[in-house]
Amino acid sequence: MKTKEFITTQIISNTILLILSLLALFPFLLLIIGSFTDNAAAVANGYTYFPEKWSLGAYEYILTQADYILKAYLNTFFVTIAGTLVSLLITSMFGYVLSVSELPGRRLLMFMCIFTMLFNGGIVSTYFVYSNVIHIKNTIFALIVPGLLMNAFTVMLFRNYYVSSVSTALQEAARLDGAGEFFIYFKVVVPLSKPIIATIALMSGLGYWNDWTNGLYYLTDRGGSHLYTIQIIMNKMNENIAFLANNASKLTGVSVADLPSTTIRMAIAVIGILPILVAYPFFQKYFVKGISIGAVKG
Amino acid sequence: MNKKKVKLKKFIPFYIMAAPAVLYMIINNYLPMFGIVIAFKNLDFRKGILGSDWAGFDNFKYLFVTKDAFIMTRNTILYNLAFIILGIIFGLTVAILLNEITKKFILSAYQSLMLVPYLMSWVVVNYLVYAFLASDTGLINNSIIEKLGMESISWYSTPKYWPFILVIINLWKGIGFSMIVYYSSIVGISTDYFEAARIDGATKWQQIKNITLPLLKPTVITLLILSIGRMFYSDFGLFYQIPRNSGMLYNVTRTIDTYVYNALMNNADYAMSSAASVYQSIVGFVLIILANTVIKKISSEDALF
Repeated sequence: MKTKEFITTQIISNTILLILSLLALFPFLLLIIGSFTDNAAAVANGYTYFPEKWSLGAYEYILTQADYILKAYLNTFFVTIAGTLVSLLITSMFGYVLSVSELPGRRLLMFMCIFTMLFNGGIVSTYFVYSNVIHIKNTIFALIVPGLLMNAFTVMLFRNYYVSSVSTALQEAARLDGAGEFFIYFKVVVPLSKPIIATIALMSGLGYWNDWTNGLYYLTDRGGSHLYTIQIIMNKMNENIAFLANNASKLTGVSVADLPSTTIRMAIAVIGILPILVAYPFFQKYFVKGISIGAVKG
Repeated sequence: MNKKKVKLKKFIPFYIMAAPAVLYMIINNYLPMFGIVIAFKNLDFRKGILGSDWAGFDNFKYLFVTKDAFIMTRNTILYNLAFIILGIIFGLTVAILLNEITKKFILSAYQSLMLVPYLMSWVVVNYLVYAFLASDTGLINNSIIEKLGMESISWYSTPKYWPFILVIINLWKGIGFSMIVYYSSIVGISTDYFEAARIDGATKWQQIKNITLPLLKPTVITLLILSIGRMFYSDFGLFYQIPRNSGMLYNVTRTIDTYVYNALMNNADYAMSSAASVYQSIVGFVLIILANTVIKKISSEDALF
């Protein structure tokens, strides 16, 4: 039976949610249309949903610098994949160790982990440690290590998962059979924790893909530009739209004056978001789950 | 004695497993904690960090006599307050609406679409906002304001609009996230309550007011206190990217995080940047300890420690 109230509620909630969903997407549409607009038309009328003249000019220009963009893509993929794998390994192992209740010193390790949530040395001393003590500047590690590799919150998510959802009976049985602890971890515990690993992997991968701050702090134009990722190039082009042109003209001889500077902004952003938009539908439910489990506390 | 050794030996693999994480925490978290001494030094690279002369509290004195200290503290706190309050109101409202959607496919479509902005980096959002606000080629000036025959606005150099712009952008990017957080706790409410209320003839509004909201109260309060504990920190990406680091807007866009970045990386002003950074760490620490103490009192299982 469908009451009048039920129908009203449906209409109201669907209308509002539909409007909000469209509001979430509309700016991206402007970005995409802007990238396919003729540069002269964009200069005259501004970015618009209904351009006077369409054009592939911005993409043709980017194509002349395909090598540079491709290199940036490779850097992004490498950093994302390597970072996520290393991050998963050290975070999940640490979470597992913290779930072993009889381990001597477990409380100290736990305190070490939680204290990082409460207090930190701040940006300046972190910057000095990485650049003057670890000498990470202009190395690939600069994009992988600072900040992103592990955080206490994710460690606790793993720990709580192992405590609540991975039974110790199987581990005990394997131990009686003489299996070593590493074997037990990789062959018994890890296969049982696939759901949480998948979820955390996606969140961590997104973090690496989207990161531009490590590049901002630890890569310099002179020594680190071969390590630039897509996000870092996008950030550089925000500061100076001719960045790509300046960089490429050295290599290819394409003149800076040919730059379709108004539309190329949008095209480079489209290139940056495309992989996420393509991959998102397949992973969408993991993201929703990832946010839900981390919601208040794991 | 010997027995104890045997016992410890069997735990060695666990210590090896924890070693990379411990090493990382030392580098990423604990060494920087000691790095706080920089704020009390007259940093001179020829003498090294530890060899530089002590400055006592001078760096802090220099910082707090400037207007910047007040401005960045005020901005950080006020923006956080606005974000927290609006995040709760909008997040809750959307989650409650979402809970009324009965078709699973449509429900997940709304969720995924509203989450798209959350997945984007602030750099990308900067491009999006620029497409709307650029003074020469932006959509708002070209397609709306000029069409209405009004004078176009140079958004990136007019401070008075920015509190609204930043709040709207933050809401736009974050709503998908907070909606899912609240929705996941609404889903946790037993359907029996709603069933019983319906049989008693309660209207939708009465159900929301008397069941959903009271049962969400603990979650909301916990999240609220946790965000108050983080009130001295701001989202660097939002405040650095969206105003495009425009100097004319500093009065209304500068937070502690962007101040520290500019002082450190653009002005190489180690005294000011380290003082501001340590100021943030210490007040932030006090706030989070206070927040945790309050949470412990009201719902101990949500406390951080």
